[in-house]
Amino acid sequence: MTWLRRNILFLLMRTDTLLHWVLRVGAVISALVMFLILLFLLVESWPVLQHKSPLRFFTDASWHPLEGTYNLMPILSGTLFASIGALLLAIPLGIASALYIVYYAAPCCALWYRRLIELLAGIPSVVFGFWGLTTLVPLINQLHPPGASLLAGILVLALMILPTIALTAHATLLAVPDEYLRAAAALGLSRWGVIAGVALPAAQTGIVAGVILAAGRAIGETMAVLMVAGNVVQHAGSLFDPIRTLAANIALEMAYAMGDHRAVLFVSGLVLMFLVMVLSGMVGWLGGNHHA
Amino acid sequence: MLELTVVNKWYHYRDRLMQGIIYFAVILVCCVFIWILVDLLQGGWKHLSLDFLFDSPRDAGRGGGIGSILVSTLLILLVALVAALPLGWSTAVLLAEFVPAGSHSGRSIRYSMQVLAGVPSIVFGLFGNAFFSIYLELGFSILSGGLTLACMLLPILVSTAEAGLRAVPNSYRLSATALGMSRSAALFHLLLPVASPTLAAGLLLGIGRAAAETAALLFTSGYVARMPGSLLDSGRALALHIFDLSMNVPGGDAPAYASALVLVALLLCINILAMQLVQGWQRRRITSE
Repeated sequence: MTWLRRNILFLLMRTDTLLHWVLRVGAVISALVMFLILLFLLVESWPVLQHKSPLRFFTDASWHPLEGTYNLMPILSGTLFASIGALLLAIPLGIASALYIVYYAAPCCALWYRRLIELLAGIPSVVFGFWGLTTLVPLINQLHPPGASLLAGILVLALMILPTIALTAHATLLAVPDEYLRAAAALGLSRWGVIAGVALPAAQTGIVAGVILAAGRAIGETMAVLMVAGNVVQHAGSLFDPIRTLAANIALEMAYAMGDHRAVLFVSGLVLMFLVMVLSGMVGWLGGNHHA
Repeated sequence: MLELTVVNKWYHYRDRLMQGIIYFAVILVCCVFIWILVDLLQGGWKHLSLDFLFDSPRDAGRGGGIGSILVSTLLILLVALVAALPLGWSTAVLLAEFVPAGSHSGRSIRYSMQVLAGVPSIVFGLFGNAFFSIYLELGFSILSGGLTLACMLLPILVSTAEAGLRAVPNSYRLSATALGMSRSAALFHLLLPVASPTLAAGLLLGIGRAAAETAALLFTSGYVARMPGSLLDSGRALALHIFDLSMNVPGGDAPAYASALVLVALLLCINILAMQLVQGWQRRRITSE
């Protein structure tokens, strides 16, 4: 009967190798998606990269794509201002939320608040934008017209990136070893002394990684900013000036862009992609250093 | 001694102050969340009815309902899942079960997934427009929209499924090997069933992300609000419908509120279900160990 057993084993080995190959093919296709995206962005933006110097994006007179002037500076500054403003608002709120869940709340409150943050993360960007458009913009308009402004964009963006910061900070604060906290308490540190002197420094890398992730999300967010920020191409002089961000610019102009204009929009997509790659590379590097 | 009490008092006040600030931040976040929900409920509740859910939109969406838009949304989701699930889960199984964690190929696949997870949705839209709509000549269609979304879903599906598989205790694998099960048999009869709640949770999160997506669909699945006849027809997703009503249609606020309410209610249900699954699974693991 030995031939039978060998035969079965042979069959089993064959299904195993078959499965392994099927999985490998799937994984290779998934990994290829990123390269495909990069490749197509490069191919579509090649006409502009080839015969125009990249300096023109900074030195052209203005952003009038139909007349062939492509100054990206006001759009870049709008993106930067909106993202930095949103981060300034969301970082303290997010870290306070995480501290509340881990150190201050009663267990049931902590669970509920965590749920709330997770649900906030699940609300679609278009709904945030719609809410901003119908509620925040009229409110800001009463304060200082025109309402659709950098401030509205910052507020909506802050709401959208707050869950990212809060949830990553929560996860890293939970991972701070209990002995640290007990030792600090035994030394007679006050509650805030334990948090600010021991817990936050110990969780620093994770919190920074979360903030970087959130920055990536803020830079790339399209719909919500498009709906509330006014979309005027200009350097913002105050919080109440309308601005346009890089991602919103793509969404606004893709519909009618032809030739070089279309290629310039793909260049800005490429810029967004590289920014995100650098940021996630930083997160990976932070994580690697942390484990080492 | 006097100095000590002064210092103690200062620490005491500082504790109180920080506690106050933290509670204030938490209450602020809660209030804003409730504000958004109440706003949507107030604006959309009156307009919402069974007819609204099943009628086709008329007069650029001001009248009628969202029937055809729900159908398009569903079709886009289906295309995305059919394309992304096999790829995502096979990648996750490979990463968790067949490739050593620190190996070169595993690391590079994981890095590409990490980058993909951070890519802004508008960039996916550009890519989908260039690749699916123009290069593969699918045009503005449900198929190209769904495939673009599939690329977006991959990192979520991979990371949740990989985490789920890694959380299965090693003793399961050892016992399976000791019983002489082949790796594929162990995978299909033991590891995947045990990890199924996290797989399902990842699936639900993916559905939630896909249903919420607007920017990636703008230039891939198109704007047409008619009932789609086939997968190659253009179809408008629900999130895009909200965007269009609020930005391009004067007087479209009431149906936009109602559509936003439908979308948010749907997403809240999906997300709560996903959380319950994960939590139930963790509890079961703790009690069984």
